[in-house]
Amino acid sequence: MSEAREFKYIGQSTIRPDGFDKVTGRANYGADLSLPGMIWGKILRSPHAHAMIKRLDTSRAEAFPGVLAVATHSDFPSVTDQAIESGEGSLTLLDLARNVLAKDKVLYHGHAVVAIAAKTSAIAEQALALIDIEYEVLKPVMDVREAMAAGAPILHPDMFTQGLAEKPTTASNVATRLEYKMGDIEAGFKDAEVVVEREFYTPTAHQGYIEPHACTVRYEKDGQSMIWCSTQGHFDVRASTAKLLGLDLGKLKVIASEIGGGFGGKTTVYLEPVALILSRKSGRPVKMIMDRDEVFKATGPGSATRSWVKIGARKDGTITAMQGRLAYEAGAFKGSPVMMGCMTAFTPYAVSNMYIEGFDVVVNKAKVAAYRAPGAPQAEFAVEMLVNELAVKLGRDPIDLRLQNAAKEGTQTIYGPKFKRVGLVECLEAARDSKHYQQALAANQGRGVAAGFWFNVGGQSSVHINMNPDGTGTIVEGSPDIGGSRASMQMMAAEAMGIEPGRLKPIIGDTENVAFSAGTGGSRTTFATGMAVIEAAEDVVAQMKQRAASMWNVTAEQVEWVDGVALNTAGEDRLSLAEICAGADRTGGQISGRGNINARGAGPSFAVHLCDVEVDKETGKVDVVRYTAVQDAGKAIHPKYVEGQYQGGAVQGIGWALNEEYIYGADGLLENAGFLDYRIPVASDLPMIDAIIVEVPNKFHPYGVRGVGESGIIPPLAAVGYAVENAIGVPVTDLPLSPPRVFNLIQGKG
Amino acid sequence: MAKLHITTSINGEATEFLCEPHETLLDVLRNDLQMTGTKEGCGSGDCGACSVTVDGRLTCACLVLGVEAAGREIGTIEGIGGSDKLSVIQEKFLEHAALQCGICTPGLVVSTQALLEQNPNPTEAEARYFLAGNLCRCTGYDKIIRAVLDAAATMRGAA
Repeated sequence: MSEAREFKYIGQSTIRPDGFDKVTGRANYGADLSLPGMIWGKILRSPHAHAMIKRLDTSRAEAFPGVLAVATHSDFPSVTDQAIESGEGSLTLLDLARNVLAKDKVLYHGHAVVAIAAKTSAIAEQALALIDIEYEVLKPVMDVREAMAAGAPILHPDMFTQGLAEKPTTASNVATRLEYKMGDIEAGFKDAEVVVEREFYTPTAHQGYIEPHACTVRYEKDGQSMIWCSTQGHFDVRASTAKLLGLDLGKLKVIASEIGGGFGGKTTVYLEPVALILSRKSGRPVKMIMDRDEVFKATGPGSATRSWVKIGARKDGTITAMQGRLAYEAGAFKGSPVMMGCMTAFTPYAVSNMYIEGFDVVVNKAKVAAYRAPGAPQAEFAVEMLVNELAVKLGRDPIDLRLQNAAKEGTQTIYGPKFKRVGLVECLEAARDSKHYQQALAANQGRGVAAGFWFNVGGQSSVHINMNPDGTGTIVEGSPDIGGSRASMQMMAAEAMGIEPGRLKPIIGDTENVAFSAGTGGSRTTFATGMAVIEAAEDVVAQMKQRAASMWNVTAEQVEWVDGVALNTAGEDRLSLAEICAGADRTGGQISGRGNINARGAGPSFAVHLCDVEVDKETGKVDVVRYTAVQDAGKAIHPKYVEGQYQGGAVQGIGWALNEEYIYGADGLLENAGFLDYRIPVASDLPMIDAIIVEVPNKFHPYGVRGVGESGIIPPLAAVGYAVENAIGVPVTDLPLSPPRVFNLIQGKG
Repeated sequence: MAKLHITTSINGEATEFLCEPHETLLDVLRNDLQMTGTKEGCGSGDCGACSVTVDGRLTCACLVLGVEAAGREIGTIEGIGGSDKLSVIQEKFLEHAALQCGICTPGLVVSTQALLEQNPNPTEAEARYFLAGNLCRCTGYDKIIRAVLDAAATMRGAA
C-alpha cells in the first residue's frame, strides 16, 4: 500500500451502527433471550479445592417437584483425547469434558459437578441441595512452587511432563517444559559489564468482564439444535459442543448474542454443552446464567506466574544477554499461555543472546483461559522491571536505553521470524516527546516506563455483502463485536465501495448464515475480518462495473469506479451504485459480494506506557496520577475506538498491578469471589488516560491495519510496578501493589 | 409459594405484576416484564449494571425486592430517550465512544442522569466519585467521564 494514501472515511470517528441499541438497553446480550416453555439450569459446584467424588446420588433431586432434568459427566458420550480449537486458549476435548462437569475428581473450588434444570431457577437451586455427594478431601496444590516440589500431591496421575530430554517415569504436575534460545547465552553474559536479575510473582487475576456467562439453548428431536450465547467465537462454541455431544456441525446453530466483555475469557465453553444436555433430557428450552461468584470461581482467570529473569549489558548500554525461566499456572488442566510468555518476553529487544525456558504447571484452581495478550503481561512485567533497573545502573534514561536496543525491521525474534516493519522505535520516540515525559515529578511520586509486544493473529474470516434494490446493503460477518468493530467494518466497506458508511449495515451472522470465521481474539477482527470485508466490498464493486458495462454495451475494463459511481470511459455515461442496484433485476439479478479468506501477515503491535504514581507512605496506598499509553495501530480505522482499546488495556493492567488478585485460604478455597473483594478499577481510582496513536502501516493489510486490542495490557504491570519502586526506593517483585504490600515494602518488611 | 400481586409505576406507566416474595426487582423487570435493558453483572450491588431509580433515587435493582416496588415510581433505561430519539446523555456516550461492549452502558446512562439531576455542573472528580458504583471493564472510564461532562455542559447550555 502507499503510505501517503488519502482516505475518505477511514480515520474518522463515526457513530457506531449498533450504538442506538446499546445506549437504550435494546441490545440483547447472553441472558436476554427467553423462549416459550423455557426452564432454568443451575450447577452444583465443588465446595473443595481437591477431592475424590466417592459417591454421587441425584435421585432425591430428580424426584423433587419441578425438576425436569439432571446432568452429570456420565451424560457425555465417550470423548477422546484430541486437541480442539478454542480461541486463544488450549484444552483437549477430554479435559474440556471434565472441566464442564467433573469426572470422579474435583480439581478446584467451584468445579462443576451436577447440573439441574427446573421450572424456575429457585426450584433448581433448592434441588441442588438434595444431591447426595460424598467427597474424600485431598490436599490442594495452590502455587507452582508447591506443585513442582518433590512429593507434591499429584492432580492427574496420568500426566507426565512433556519436553524433557529423558522420558519421565513418574507423574508430575508439570505438563510441559519448553525452551527458546538464540545465540550463546553464556558468552552474552561474559560480554556483560552490568548484570541485573530478580525473581517476580504475579497473582491469579480475572478478565473481569461485567456480563456473566449465559446461554439459552433448545435441543430439537430431529437434532436441529440452537444455542444462543455470549461468546467471542460462536463457531468455536459450535465445534466444542458438537464434539462433546457427538453432533454434526450442520445440526447445531449457534447465535452469538451481543457480548458484554470477554478479554479472552469467552473463548471456551462452560455452560453451553451442559445446557444442551439438559434440554435434550427435558425436551424444553433451557436458560443458564452464571452468578458472579461462579464466574470468579469457575471461569477465566489469567495465570499466576513465578519468573526469574537476568539481563546483562555493556557500559555503553548494549544489552548482550537476556535469560529467563517462567513457571505459569494452568489451573486444573494443562494449557497455560507460558509458551506465549516465552515468545514475547524479550521480543521488544534486538539482542543476540537469549535463552528462556517455560513450565506449564497444573494447580487446584480454575483452568486458566486466555486473558488479553495471554501470557505476555506477566513475562513483560519481569523483563521491563529489570530494564528500568538496568537504566538506573547504567545512568541512562530508560527510554533512551530502550531505543538503543529496540527491535526493528530485520530484528531476529527468538520464536522464529525476522521482523518486518514494526513501530517500537516510533512508539518510544512518541513517549519520549510527550508532554507527560517532560513533566517533573512531585514529592512521593515515581515514574515507570514499560514496553510490550504482541504478535496479533490473522486466520479465517468470512463475509458477504448483500446489496438491496435501493443501494443500501448488509455486511454479514462472523466475528462477534466486542468493542465497536462493526463501525470499523462499515467504514472499511464504505471506503472500498466509495459510498457513505451509513448505507451499509454490519451484522454478526450466526453459524448458519455466514461461513466459518475464527473468533474475536488475538486482535484479529479489524485486521482479518476487515480484509474479508474489503474483499467482499471489492467483489461488489467488480460486479457493479460489470452490470454497468452490460447496460452500456462496453467491457468491464472500460468502466471506472469513482466515489460509488460507475463511469463509462468510452463515453459520458454514469450510473451510481444505487441506480445499478435498482436495475439489477434487468442485468442478472441482485448483487452480493463475498470475501472468504485465511488472512496472513498480521502486523505486530508494540506499545509503550508511561505511568506516574503517588504513594501515601503512611498507608501504602498508590494513586495513579498521570498515565500515557502509546501504541502502533498501523492505521487507526476508527481513532476513538482505537484510543479506547489503549485506555481500556491500560486500566485493566493498572488493576492487575495495584489491586487484583485471587485470595485463597489454606484449604484452597477462594475467599474473594465477588466484585466487592476482587476490586477492579472504578472511575474514582483513575485519572484520564492519555492515548497516543502511532501509525506505522502494516503492508499486508490494504489499509495498513495492525490489531490493537491486546498490546495495551502488557506494559502497565511494569509501568505501574516500576513507578512504585521509583517512588518508594525499594525493589518491587510481587504484584499486586495493594496498600498492605506497599506499606510493608516501605517498612522494610517486604 | 403464592405469588404476590404488585401495583407500581414503571417509567410513568401504571404496571401490575405477580412475583414471588424472594424475587428481586431486577428479576421482575428482566424475567417477568421482559424489560431486559437493565442488566445483571453481579447480583450483589457491586457493579451498577442494574441501576434504576426508585422514587427518583438511584438504586441497584438487584438489591430491591419486587414487592418493594408497590406504590413506587420506578425508572429504568427504557424510560430514557424516546422511541426514535436519544437523550443528550445517550448521544454524548455515542459521540465520545464511551462504550465498547455496552453491557454497563444502560446502568451508566441511568446513573449519569441521576448525577446531572442532582448536580448539573459536576467537576471531573465529582463525576468520577458519583459513578464509582458503575463498573466498566472496557473503556478505562476516560471517554465515559468526557461524555458525562460534555452532556452536562450541553444540557446546561440547552436549559
